[in-house]
Amino acid sequence: MTERNFTIAVLVSNESGVLNRVTSMFRRRRFNISSLTVSETESPGLSRITVSTSGLESDKNQLINQLYKLPVVCSIKELDPIESVTCELMLIKVKNEPETRADIRDAAQAFGAKTVDYTRDSVTMRLTGTSREIDAFVDLMRDYTILEICRTGIVSLERGSTTISKIEI
Amino acid sequence: MKLSGADIIVRTLIEQGIETVFGYPGGQIINVYDSLYKYQDEIKHILTAHEQGAAHAADGYARASGRPGVVIATSGPGATNLVTGIATAYLDSVPMIAITGNVPTYQLGTDSFQEIDITGITLPITKHNYVVDDVNDLAPTIREAFTLAISGRPGPVLIDVPKDIQIAECEYTPAEPVSPAPPQAAKLSRIEAAAECINQSQRPFIYFGGGLITSDAQEELLALAEKLDAPMGCSLMGISGIPTDHPRFLGMQGMHGHYASSMAMHRADCIIALGVRFNDRVTGNRAKFATHSKVVHIDVDGAELDKTVAAAHSMRGDLKLTLQKLLPLLGEKHLPEWRKTVEGLKFEEQKALDRQSGLTPRSAMLTLNRFLGENTPVATDVGQHQMWAAQSLCFKNKRRFISSGGLGTMGFGMGAAIGAAAATGEKAVLVTGDGGFGMDLNELATAVTYRVPLVILLMNNGVLGMVRQWQTLFFNKHYSNTVLDRRTDFVALARAFGADGERAETHEQLEAALKKAFESDLPFVVECIIDKDEFVLPMLPPGGSMDDIITKVDSEVQDD
Repeated sequence: MTERNFTIAVLVSNESGVLNRVTSMFRRRRFNISSLTVSETESPGLSRITVSTSGLESDKNQLINQLYKLPVVCSIKELDPIESVTCELMLIKVKNEPETRADIRDAAQAFGAKTVDYTRDSVTMRLTGTSREIDAFVDLMRDYTILEICRTGIVSLERGSTTISKIEI
Repeated sequence: MKLSGADIIVRTLIEQGIETVFGYPGGQIINVYDSLYKYQDEIKHILTAHEQGAAHAADGYARASGRPGVVIATSGPGATNLVTGIATAYLDSVPMIAITGNVPTYQLGTDSFQEIDITGITLPITKHNYVVDDVNDLAPTIREAFTLAISGRPGPVLIDVPKDIQIAECEYTPAEPVSPAPPQAAKLSRIEAAAECINQSQRPFIYFGGGLITSDAQEELLALAEKLDAPMGCSLMGISGIPTDHPRFLGMQGMHGHYASSMAMHRADCIIALGVRFNDRVTGNRAKFATHSKVVHIDVDGAELDKTVAAAHSMRGDLKLTLQKLLPLLGEKHLPEWRKTVEGLKFEEQKALDRQSGLTPRSAMLTLNRFLGENTPVATDVGQHQMWAAQSLCFKNKRRFISSGGLGTMGFGMGAAIGAAAATGEKAVLVTGDGGFGMDLNELATAVTYRVPLVILLMNNGVLGMVRQWQTLFFNKHYSNTVLDRRTDFVALARAFGADGERAETHEQLEAALKKAFESDLPFVVECIIDKDEFVLPMLPPGGSMDDIITKVDSEVQDD
């Protein structure tokens, strides 16, 4: 019995208070959520929630079974990391100083981070990638002065033409 | 036809087959009460003394009838007073519809007078809840709420209706009463695997709970027990699910369960768990629970499977339909060895009971048994009296033992008994204690007003007995705040409410008082005086295992 990371995609009806219903359940059942994103989808009546969490297989089953009981939930699927495309977006603002400027620029180039704001005192970069890539870039930036970080949490879609909209749970 | 929102609420309740509702009026629900006045020939409203009593009454109504109970309250404190009642229903999977008024939509979110976010408050204790902000959605929302409340694992649903929605008008077209979502059996592959496991068992034990009653699977359960030659036990919620005197039935399980029932489950090599959720009050220390046995678990709620006890075979599905598919896959068993073991356990249990004499809680329950009709609903409060009732009362028919299991709500009993009497048309019984009755005796007023036929057996020991029992056993007899030096004259109190009562200190007096009570047209309080140091036994200490079971307490432990 080992802990591992799970990514679960959930389609919910797009009505007010839905996010609260889902997160309230996570809170009272004490699920440990590391990332949660919500967005509109291809159909106007549905929103998509992507949850990532770590725990035992039994924790994951419990989380899925508890989600299943919420009437606002339409579909649930665990996304296999190999069979899915997963990414996250980050904005990071670092101090702009003459002695570190070149190093930061080189690191950004290596990771494909795009400069989206540049001032005398600061550089803001945008990076899209897997959570690991983003973690690695943040780690590199710790050598300099990080002013602010904002990450979206992960979004994920399965490879190929399959969708999660009609999954038997 | 065009109707106001308030009229639509009442008409939709009538359309859904609701004949009785419970509640309490107030400013933001006054329009609905005006509609209840208008439709009083078609729907009866029972006004309780307190909204909590109304919620418990709706709960008792639902438990006794299997149909959803409906409670109505105003905004703010009216709504928050429902909370304990809704939570009680939620923990015991009781179908209930709570309708609350609220301030007009244009005032929502401004902390208006008696405004409260009741949907926020009840989010974790309802299956679902709604704020209706368009009168056109009102009837469909109520119908959807009924469907949810009765489908799968039942539970409470709350509908919050702002005042302007009660006033607004729209077209109303009556509809048929809703049906629950069609029940489904578990997957056949899972049933087959479970059958194989059961077929290998030499010491099977069947453990059932409230799910048996909900899914109406009594017949299938009894067929299973016969085929497997297996003893049966149940959780508190399973009581009255099968006749108490069934020869294979060993009684309730768990912290205060029957010795034979708990021991048989402990010794079994296969526990077939039907519509139960393995609450900690049943399992004790989970690490030591069922270590020698394989668990086969069927429940309609997938989240109950492997939640607290990892089952060898778990199946999500309707109990009745799943058992129907399981039964043909099982071989007929004859297990004389196992039967002998179980008989031995029953003998040991009986031997311990035979030692008792005089007016004991158990003898009081056995006396009460003689007065219970086949259909008499018995409600309880929570505490020692509840366990004594659960251990010793006899039931023939299902839905006749009405008790707060999951939440353990003191103050549940009076409301629940009133609701059960309203649902069944039978004389109802409440078994309570002086602690529990102190929390709900205001509803005596309701029972008197509506001439509810009610016998209240008040087990008066002058203390909060269950907590005292723990203090005796685990807290060095520090009786912190459990001695009730109240000097309430319960007989005079009953009469002050317009009910009647009598006090009993001996067997003969109890017998005579109960006779009078069951013949009385008025609600009747029988105050039965018992010793403050009576224990509920056996007892599985919290967090303990079957090896730690306490079956007797030395008299000096109780006396000094």
